Amino acid sequence: MKKRHFLRTALSVLALAATGVHAPQVLAAEKPFKVGLIVPMTGAFASTGRQLYSAVQAFTKEHGDTVAGRKVQVILKDDGGIAANSRKLAQELIVNDKVDVIAGFGLTPITLAVAPIATESKTPMVLMAAQTQANTEASPFMVRSSGTITQVTSGIAQWAVDNGIKTAVTLVPDYAPGYESEEAFKKYFLASGGKILDEIRVPMRNPDFAPFLQRVRDVKPDALFVMLPSGPGAALLKQYGQRGLAEAGIKLIGHGAITDDDNLNEAGDAALGVITSDYYATSHDSELNRKFIDLYKSVDSTSRPNFFGVAGYDGMRLIYEALKATDGKGEGMALVDAMKTLSFESPRGPVRVDPESRDFVQNIYMRKVEKVGDEYQNVEFDVIENVNAAGEKK
Amino acid sequence: MTTITVQDVLHRRARLRPWEPLLWLAPFLVVAAFPGTSFLINQMAIMAVFAISLDLVLGYTGIMSLGHAAFFGMGAFAAGLFAKFVMPEPIVGLLFAMGVGGLTAFLCSFTILRGSELTVVMVTLGVSLILLEIGNYMTWLTGGADGLQGIMMGPVLGVFPFTFDGVTAAYYSLAILLVFLFICRRIVGSPFGNSLRAIRDNRLRAAAIGIDTHRRIVMGYTLAGAVAAAAGAVQTHSMSFVSLEAFSFEKSADVLLMVVIGGTGWLYGGVMGAVVFSGLHHVLSDLTPQYWTFWVGLFLVILMRVGRDRLIRPWTWFKTGGSHD
Amino acid sequence: MLTILFDGVAYGMLLFVLAIGLSVTLGLMNFINLAHGAFAMAGGYVTVLLMRHYGVPFLLCVPIAFVVTAAMGAVLERILYRAMYDKPALDQVLFSIGLAFIAVTIVDYSIGSSEQIIQLPQWLRGRTELVFGDHVLAMGHYRLLIIAVCIALTFVLQYILTRTRFGSRLRAAVDDQRVADGLGINVNVIFLSTFAVGSGLAGVGGALGSEVLGLDPTFPFKFMIYFLIVVAIGGTSSLSGPLLASLILGIADVTGKYYMPKLGSFIVYAVMIVILLWRPEGLFVKRGAR
Repeated sequence: MKKRHFLRTALSVLALAATGVHAPQVLAAEKPFKVGLIVPMTGAFASTGRQLYSAVQAFTKEHGDTVAGRKVQVILKDDGGIAANSRKLAQELIVNDKVDVIAGFGLTPITLAVAPIATESKTPMVLMAAQTQANTEASPFMVRSSGTITQVTSGIAQWAVDNGIKTAVTLVPDYAPGYESEEAFKKYFLASGGKILDEIRVPMRNPDFAPFLQRVRDVKPDALFVMLPSGPGAALLKQYGQRGLAEAGIKLIGHGAITDDDNLNEAGDAALGVITSDYYATSHDSELNRKFIDLYKSVDSTSRPNFFGVAGYDGMRLIYEALKATDGKGEGMALVDAMKTLSFESPRGPVRVDPESRDFVQNIYMRKVEKVGDEYQNVEFDVIENVNAAGEKK
Repeated sequence: MTTITVQDVLHRRARLRPWEPLLWLAPFLVVAAFPGTSFLINQMAIMAVFAISLDLVLGYTGIMSLGHAAFFGMGAFAAGLFAKFVMPEPIVGLLFAMGVGGLTAFLCSFTILRGSELTVVMVTLGVSLILLEIGNYMTWLTGGADGLQGIMMGPVLGVFPFTFDGVTAAYYSLAILLVFLFICRRIVGSPFGNSLRAIRDNRLRAAAIGIDTHRRIVMGYTLAGAVAAAAGAVQTHSMSFVSLEAFSFEKSADVLLMVVIGGTGWLYGGVMGAVVFSGLHHVLSDLTPQYWTFWVGLFLVILMRVGRDRLIRPWTWFKTGGSHD
Repeated sequence: MLTILFDGVAYGMLLFVLAIGLSVTLGLMNFINLAHGAFAMAGGYVTVLLMRHYGVPFLLCVPIAFVVTAAMGAVLERILYRAMYDKPALDQVLFSIGLAFIAVTIVDYSIGSSEQIIQLPQWLRGRTELVFGDHVLAMGHYRLLIIAVCIALTFVLQYILTRTRFGSRLRAAVDDQRVADGLGINVNVIFLSTFAVGSGLAGVGGALGSEVLGLDPTFPFKFMIYFLIVVAIGGTSSLSGPLLASLILGIADVTGKYYMPKLGSFIVYAVMIVILLWRPEGLFVKRGAR
């Protein structure tokens, strides 16, 4: 009996090991240029992954898959939003699939886990989502195509100061982007003489905001600043309305994530009138943006692009332009250096890569949620131009 | 005619078969021949050690733990912190992690001694979730959601550095697996191990014949905790990274599945289960990245419906009735 | 303070409705059904879909959710669960986890993984405030509804259990299945209907809870621990046990989050472990119960 088990074990080990073996590649005239896209397609952050992947597909649909004579191949991997997985996937992509660029990365923990791998293997890393400012410092090979929390928060903090808000309470989730957002808001707000009455950090897996909002109501600030990822953000908006905070004179302001375009139509009336700042709104009034939205919807008709979608699109643009600039031979630091010189018009507005921080210098828009026709939109009513990753005007 | 004692029977069962060392050599050869498989084999070895430790608790002592990741996580973080702040040598770190894991299991063992099956399931689950929350709370120590950054592993035994292609890590984890496989075989073949089986089969009867059930359970659980911590430590060493997912419910559920797939109550079962599960995951994740859990769920439902013990006896799949164990 | 207490009670009652099905199932069939949360999720999604695509008013959705999930429960009991009653606990656990996985991925595949949001009718969105000297009791109308519905359900359940033939047969089967069978009580029918009702109640809980707890495909696993805590502490042989356990849990969770937000769910787990260590059989166990 045991022998059968032994045979089975040995066979299964060998059989499964064989799955890791790749047939030798038929050498093409030009080596294909491979992009390893590591995003969360399942799990709590699946919407980020889907936005990124759809946008990447939209870009390759528009621009084709040949750049400077090389065929671009995108290899999609799902890390489920777990840093340990992303790290393993990155290693496998680089060592086994020999990708030239790794891209994606939905969350800060994932970015930080993968960064040392990019550095050690000298692989360019295009960060398309995670917005913690410190991320790009984790590897000199990293370039980001989204934005930073500090960058985005500076907008709303400034607006708060300019519009007579003297006291505030901050409510953020209990992880790095949350802390950063709280920091950033405090920095601007306190510097202009505002007072923070309470700093609430909400546990990540939180079903009910009732106790926290009740606390806010009891403290009675002029405004409640919120930064939350979109799912919980919508829940908060509803409970905010129900708890009568608006009637109590507490204004709701926030980081653009709480009125995420991907989710805004579901949040519906509860979101009306909420003022946020961010680097992209689906409602942005430009021909390029309208084209982008149509393109995106042709790939994924069930949603519209949000700030992650546009980052996926622009991230691919960075890769393509850098490859063109290096005549198709760019790799490693040369490719990154090429990216550092880029500036172009994005569906969000004008963007420019800051060679020092390797982040975009871009516009931050003040928006208010309004109903436009059948849909709810973040309608831009003001803009702060050329804000860099640290939230300063450049 | 020589009289055969109970001891002889037990010894015979526990003796090493001649083909076993060959079996153990196989994965090393695979890694040597196909270095691209190193990541996968490393993963399999780590989960195999973890599965062995759960089998000690579940298959041999009969305690249903839905929170075994608690010890995996403790070991993983202990190893990470040790490497970062004390000494980057992995073997010493491994021993430290085992100590931490064993101590945690020792302390927790008192919570599982009493109560119904449901209570034990709840408490084990609760403990792992509490540890997860504590880890989440103590971000200054664990790095919180970001994970523990900045771990630089030194060479194994000062001689074999961890290479980027993961080959050293694979050999390292395979070696650890073999060591524990060997040690655990001796333990389960020993009188202690057999007394655990007696406790599993009928705790009341075991107590009635004079086995100190509480003490044995505590010892078994502590041992299992140390082995689980070793698995966690090896994961940290292989990746130079550790995050709170090491404490997650998913991890506990995954290892439970592996032990069940392979068959409880024999150590190779855990190993096989780990190999099959990790292998399937690897293959299916590429094909259907989003719906891996669907297939796992379907597999579970069918497997449990059909009868767990039938899996490793495929000739019973189409027989109806009669195959009782 | 009073408001927080009120919120805690509402949360607790919701947990009760969600968990009572699990408690009865466990007590009756000795079956650890970790897929219970999936029935709750089903109730939530039925509500969302009906409201969004067919414009069915919210109040009507709740009983519909009950019927639909009860039907699902009945069907699954007959074709899947029934064969599992005699299997060891480990098999049952893994079986139900497998079912939960399947449910979660089906929802993820067909509806998507983002959180579902429902728009409550206007009259449920307001709040009423009562002032007692220094203290203010603010009662959200929605939470008032939850409390009202749950109290009504509790009375109905209690009535069924103690005043009807079915109820006494059920209690007999819980106490000793074999004897009940021997007395001619159709245990299969009892199992089927109890399971169906338990699942239906979970569905109601899901429908009511989607507003307060958030609804997405990870719902079954996110809340499974809470249901299990209620059952483990409250026991499986009465209604009052889980009721009290849910209330304790709800209030502890909400108050904990109000006064010490950083500790979050930690408090709930700690309470659970302490209680289980103190009374491993649960807080409310009848003499001689399993």
